[in-house]
Amino acid sequence: MFPTPIQKRSRAAQLTYQSFLPLALILWLAPLIAVAIFSIRPIADFTQGNYWGMPSSFDFFANYGRVFFDSDMPRYMLNSLMITIPTVIGAVALSSMTGFALGIYRFRGNLLIFFMFIAGNFVPFQILMVPVRDLTVGMGLYDTKLGLILFHVAFQTGFCTLFMRNFIKALPMELIEAARVEGVREWQIFWYVVLPLMRPAIAALAVLIFTFIWNDYFWAIVLTQGPEAQPVTAGITSFNSQFVAQYNLMSAGSIVAAIPPVLMFFAMQKHFIAGLTLGAVK
Amino acid sequence: MTATAPRQTWLKRNKMTVTPLLFLLPGVLFFSLYVIIPIFQSFNISLYRWDGLGEATWVGLGNYQELVGDRAFEISLWNNVKWLALYLLAIPAGLFIALFLNQTVTGIRLYKSLFFFPFVISQVVVGLVFTWFYLPRVGLLNATLEFVGLGSLNILGDPTLATYGIIAAGLWPQTAYCMILYLTGLNAVDPEQIEAARLDGAKGARMLWYVVLPQLKPATFIAFVVTIIGALRSFDLISIMTNGGPFGSTRVLSFYMFERALSEYGFRMGYGSAIAVVLFMIMLIFIAYFLWSMWRDERPARN
Repeated sequence: MFPTPIQKRSRAAQLTYQSFLPLALILWLAPLIAVAIFSIRPIADFTQGNYWGMPSSFDFFANYGRVFFDSDMPRYMLNSLMITIPTVIGAVALSSMTGFALGIYRFRGNLLIFFMFIAGNFVPFQILMVPVRDLTVGMGLYDTKLGLILFHVAFQTGFCTLFMRNFIKALPMELIEAARVEGVREWQIFWYVVLPLMRPAIAALAVLIFTFIWNDYFWAIVLTQGPEAQPVTAGITSFNSQFVAQYNLMSAGSIVAAIPPVLMFFAMQKHFIAGLTLGAVK
Repeated sequence: MTATAPRQTWLKRNKMTVTPLLFLLPGVLFFSLYVIIPIFQSFNISLYRWDGLGEATWVGLGNYQELVGDRAFEISLWNNVKWLALYLLAIPAGLFIALFLNQTVTGIRLYKSLFFFPFVISQVVVGLVFTWFYLPRVGLLNATLEFVGLGSLNILGDPTLATYGIIAAGLWPQTAYCMILYLTGLNAVDPEQIEAARLDGAKGARMLWYVVLPQLKPATFIAFVVTIIGALRSFDLISIMTNGGPFGSTRVLSFYMFERALSEYGFRMGYGSAIAVVLFMIMLIFIAYFLWSMWRDERPARN
């Protein structure tokens, strides 16, 4: 193990390390902790310039209550969910099929198609912006959730195919050969042999795509414009202009907007990290 | 029976070609429609003057000629270079934190998760958090600076500092990402090699450089890929934190493109597409390199 395990070092080193850990963490998360503290302060603290002293009262419920009952925030959150979940399902479904085709079969152009997916996944969004916006407007889907979902599914299929194909490629081929010898049809191999083995990959992609799409901002402002369809990342700017300079409410709003992916991460940490490292780093 | 028999055998004979094609079809169609074809369309649009609604006028390379003399384009390009260079700091910083946290003391799992935490939050919220962090009177940064008697800094209001302030905000989640890549990589480092090197008297920096880092190569490669792509994709933070200001000093190509094509600065789709093409070409250098390295790794697997 590298670096040397702290247990093998002197008592003094161990104590230093143990006390450094929380200190480093507090420093690392300081900007976020500051926002969390802001979000429970009453507005009076800000008008009186009491930014960093003791909060004059604990206004957690009042502040977060206003975010939920006095603004469009719940609506934006709901929009985000209604965009994110179908995207996850769509991208995972499409890419388990493409991944299967590219991981199992040998045919001309296999690697070419695979690399097309990878390359497309890396392009800057701006090169797609004008045509995708035109396409969405043309289909009558501008400022709708469906318009955003369709684009996200298509774009995320690139990344998901990369992941799925590499995962399937690492499965034991003997299993598939054996099924073929038994006379199992190709689509049945996909459904009954490969798909059950892909569960960890599907879980990893699902949490990852959930986070990516929840956090998307660029496409939200390009393809939507009002509280009808806007997800929370775009909606939060209107939220902030509703509560200008009320730092306690703006902070509370930001925290609410950030929470779903955070919960997702803590619930499915192992899968999340497996996805992020692209399975390449084990 | 007689009519369908040859057809069935054709399908049977070719099932190893037909099956993958059918499985690929929906994904490839969708991906082409929304990603591949739009790239070529953008190239085409960049040759026109077009407001997005009316008639498009062919101007050839006119938009590109205009770019050459455009001061705002020049600033954006330079800022992209700054982003690229400074964003790479996330890699050593991530490695450093990973080495710091690669221990087995009680609660270390929670520490690792909490250090990684900034990456999970949307860039929009990161942008807001750092905007407030930098605020002249209210922000934690200036509160601290004043407390230790260093006076105050209006980072986002100062054209010479603003870009660096935004990059610092971007480094926060990116370092967390690189950290998790290295933590996962360190887990897989061969303990026998470490012990052997230790017996040979290697330790500290030499051990890291000659024994550990070579084994972390896959992690470093992915860290490079995601950091470079992230640097060139930077948009959210700029839009949230400064909206390109003060005086346009924090624009990057991705932001400037959006500003030209789709904001109050007017709907110049052709000019915007030309900016996007330039950004795409820069990105293409890196994409080509990444694909080439991946292709090299694929080859032994195929033979």
